[in-house]
Amino acid sequence: MTLQTVLLVAAALFSVGLYGAISQQVVVMVMMGLELMLNAVVLAAGGFWWFLSPAPDGQVLLLVVITAMTVEMAMGFAVATLLHRTRNEDMTDMATDLAQ
Amino acid sequence: MLDDVVFWVLAVVAVAAGVAVFRVDSMARATYALAVSFVAVGLVLLLFDLQFLGVITVLMMVMEMAIMAIYMIMFMGMNPALMPMSMVHAKRPSLAVAVVTFVVLASGAVLIPWPSRRGAPASDLTVSLGQALMGSKMLVMMTVSAVLFATIIGALVLAVPRGRYDRLGDDLRGRVDADQPDGAGQ
Repeated sequence: MTLQTVLLVAAALFSVGLYGAISQQVVVMVMMGLELMLNAVVLAAGGFWWFLSPAPDGQVLLLVVITAMTVEMAMGFAVATLLHRTRNEDMTDMATDLAQ
Repeated sequence: MLDDVVFWVLAVVAVAAGVAVFRVDSMARATYALAVSFVAVGLVLLLFDLQFLGVITVLMMVMEMAIMAIYMIMFMGMNPALMPMSMVHAKRPSLAVAVVTFVVLASGAVLIPWPSRRGAPASDLTVSLGQALMGSKMLVMMTVSAVLFATIIGALVLAVPRGRYDRLGDDLRGRVDADQPDGAGQ
């Protein structure tokens, strides 16, 4: 177990999450892709912390990333609920007009 | 040596479960696969002696995935464990972007001459994290608290179908509509 191997695993997780975030049509599945990308960030940050500088600052940064995951999930569910209630939509392709 | 074996097993499980999220043919299975990936990463954090953050990651993500499974059932209006689905667009370009991203990130991970470790971890990492949050990193804690509170309010405003301001007006003095199922005071 080295920093390189940890970062390789994190890169694989990030790439898989990116594929999902771009390719999926269902809003909740897009959120899953984003969560997987943040999962990779958590792993990479943990690796950096352990192998480069195991000071408390790194742990605080990890806590912030985990908080970001929570916020993303909560707001994502809220937006998905709003979309479904007002427009009866759960797919990104149905809501492209929101970008205009 | 044992740490290496455990790490590789967890790494394979994390990546395989991550791939399974977008390969399995039902949303419920995808949710459980994502939970498995999160648990594997949480256990890797335990290998780094990050007991508090590792346990938090596992607990929080398992709960999140349970909630996500409920959302799947709510929104899809079907039994997501049984209903096969494949709802993707731009599959090939997405795959190409993912592969290029992996190659770039992996190249950086392997080719960059990373510095050697500076310092040693504290004897009790959970205590040191707590002391940092309540001491020198108090601003982070205060900011995170405000952000989480704002998230609660924002999520509620978006998710609640009809709040009291909708029913009673901006001054909250409007007439209560008893015919509404979620009328004020009910």
